[in-house]
Amino acid sequence: MMNYFPDEVLEHVFDFVTSHRDRNAVSLVCKLWYRVDRFSRQRVFIGNCYAISPERLIARFPGVKALTLKGKPHFADFNLVPQDWGGYVQPWIEALARSRIGLEELRLKRMVVSDESLDVLSRSFTNFKSLVLVSCEGFTTDGLAAIAANCRFLRELDLQENEIEEKKNHWLGCFPDSCMSLVSLNFACLKEINLAALERLVARNPNLRSLKLNRAVPLEVLQRILMRAPQLVDLGTGSFVLDHDSDDSETYRKLRATILKCRSIRHLSGFLEVAPRCLPAIYPICLYLTYLNLSYAAGIHGSELIKLIRHCGKLQRLWILDCIGDKGLEVVASTCKDLQELRVFPSDPFGAGHDAVTETGLVAISSGCPKLNSLLYFCQQMTNAALIAVAKNCPNFIRFRLCILDPTKPDPVTMQPLDEGFGAIVQSSKRLRRLSLSGLLTDRVFLYIGMYAEQLEMLSIAFAGESDKGMLYVLNGCKKLRKLEIRDSPFGDSALLRDVGKYETMRSLWMSSCEVTLGGCKTLAEKMPRLNVEIINENDQMEFVHEDSQKVEKMYLYRTLVGPRKDAPEFVWTLE
Amino acid sequence: MPPDTLSGSPESDVTSAMTFKDTELTLGIPGEPTRSPAGKFCTKRGFIETVDLNLRTSTSKPRGKAHADEVDDKSDDVVSGTCKTTASKTQVVGWPPVRSYRKKALESCKYVKVAVDGAPYLRKVDLETYNSYQELLMALEKMFTCFKIRGNYLDESKVIDPMKEMEYVPTYEDKDGDWMLVGDVPWKMFIESCKRIRLMKSSEAVGLAPRTPPRCTTTT
Repeated sequence: MMNYFPDEVLEHVFDFVTSHRDRNAVSLVCKLWYRVDRFSRQRVFIGNCYAISPERLIARFPGVKALTLKGKPHFADFNLVPQDWGGYVQPWIEALARSRIGLEELRLKRMVVSDESLDVLSRSFTNFKSLVLVSCEGFTTDGLAAIAANCRFLRELDLQENEIEEKKNHWLGCFPDSCMSLVSLNFACLKEINLAALERLVARNPNLRSLKLNRAVPLEVLQRILMRAPQLVDLGTGSFVLDHDSDDSETYRKLRATILKCRSIRHLSGFLEVAPRCLPAIYPICLYLTYLNLSYAAGIHGSELIKLIRHCGKLQRLWILDCIGDKGLEVVASTCKDLQELRVFPSDPFGAGHDAVTETGLVAISSGCPKLNSLLYFCQQMTNAALIAVAKNCPNFIRFRLCILDPTKPDPVTMQPLDEGFGAIVQSSKRLRRLSLSGLLTDRVFLYIGMYAEQLEMLSIAFAGESDKGMLYVLNGCKKLRKLEIRDSPFGDSALLRDVGKYETMRSLWMSSCEVTLGGCKTLAEKMPRLNVEIINENDQMEFVHEDSQKVEKMYLYRTLVGPRKDAPEFVWTLE
Repeated sequence: MPPDTLSGSPESDVTSAMTFKDTELTLGIPGEPTRSPAGKFCTKRGFIETVDLNLRTSTSKPRGKAHADEVDDKSDDVVSGTCKTTASKTQVVGWPPVRSYRKKALESCKYVKVAVDGAPYLRKVDLETYNSYQELLMALEKMFTCFKIRGNYLDESKVIDPMKEMEYVPTYEDKDGDWMLVGDVPWKMFIESCKRIRLMKSSEAVGLAPRTPPRCTTTT
């Protein structure tokens, strides 16, 4: 019936379909809908930059304005992917510029971005508004200077956890005096900043809503910035330290008075360096906070941390270090009744973990915060009984990532594997989309996952399972699985090759230090021409035996429309 | 080899995990069998051995691989001067799964206060931005231009007439709250341990813990 509508009407209706998945479904209904969607789609998400070519993107969606691109595999976050693996954005930016696409927003994750890319970007798209770089590398503050100087309508510059080489170019000062459009600015991952330029920039951008500072911004400057920008909604402080040793110093009093007026702050992060005695200054705004991120605030612990939490009764998201302890989590549980997302990071990621949290804290959270649906929890130990209690208290998990610091630790009470505990989680949380496992686990846990986790999209497995059966349970059972990443688990060729068609329904599969052989990977590549099966071999060529029985150290496979990539370094072999 | 040449890989995951026990002064013969000498240089081989894990990893795995992963991508210079003597079980590449950016951020950026006897103000320095004692002390000299600092970090031969020129001795408070002379331990250990720095009048520094030659220099 809708086919009788003119295209413009259909297009207007489609405007209300915002999720990528729904738009994809819409485009499959009929040729007309495909065409209308094709010319009207403005936002495109590409989860793997090697799955498709930029030319194909441009041909299919010539009106794209906002593009999200992802590069390296997720395990690159943990140094499992060698340097120079790839994920270059340059060909994308060149192609978009060549085709005169009206790009306005670009969001990149785990990609290699060069200064040249940023320069071309800044000069090629006159209406460019938003650049978000997450876990990217390869560029310097020269590239940022080009963005600042040339993107006249820039609204957002968000630099999250990138590795940026810093030159003495005062890039922030390159924003022209006419720049008054900034809404969001995040440079927390830089070490240096020109404070005078920062203050001037804040002063002339009255629409600034989100500002995340770096460590080089001292408390005095923060205070002056807040005076200028009391409208901020999202604030990341840099240094929160007073140099002079008296509580009632002039700066502190000024700060207190200024913060009192910042009633619109809802998200608070930073505290990259902190003097706990300054913390009471933020108490007055804590009651309004919905998101508090103290995961880089190693300087806040013990009673100061707990005192702070007690003021934050409306939190929906809390990111914190494990120095909060089980006792602190109990306070969270009794204070933050609206909590939906909790992330507890290790304060000592190098192993000691002496004051890590345990199952006690998690159980307390689950019984105090019934709305909890997203969890990342680095802990010392976990028990089946605790996980079963958590599953019962919180049946709405969408993301459940549990990391026991000792990755093969059993239930310390019963010395049993944690199969039953994780089984309870997947059984109770029907909407679970992302799951990360750890602790001692047998094939049984995968039986449960395959049986119950019907909505699971991403699964991370480490040091788990006993045989090929484990992996097969998952591949057979989880129909919606898109990303599977496995390390140090005894899964081999027969699991890999049982249902090769499955991988065309998925975005990618990563297997490292498993039992998969070169021969197995070759077979897979032969059977499935639309998959790129890449082997990462970091040894000298001489050492590597080209025998089919040779175990493959790292394998990354993904579906693609463009065939083997041409920018693969020497140590990446694409099997054909 | 003076300690200021030991600063190869400031971000290497492994060196940062060393324990301070390694540098503790103990009675006993150097190279005592019960504990491997802390200052001993890690050769690449030794380093690889330390990451040989107890976890269920394939034994056929070529060893060079563990090594290539373990060191931070950027640090070509693996020989970082100090080494972990025992492999802890968490010393697995990529475990716990914490973003390497986060790891670096939590370990790096160490701001400490610097006080100078007689100076009316304090300054702050980020120890992570320096690679050696020499760089740090040069920066301090610049910061407090009116003072001359006695470089305890240099080889004796390089110290210019201490009686005439050098008035201040760089000292620091370590993790245990003791005041020590800067230069006592390898640079990496120093930045882990240092809580604050005080440039002390050399006349007052007399009572401080005697300077021990950095052990690593004796074993190479």
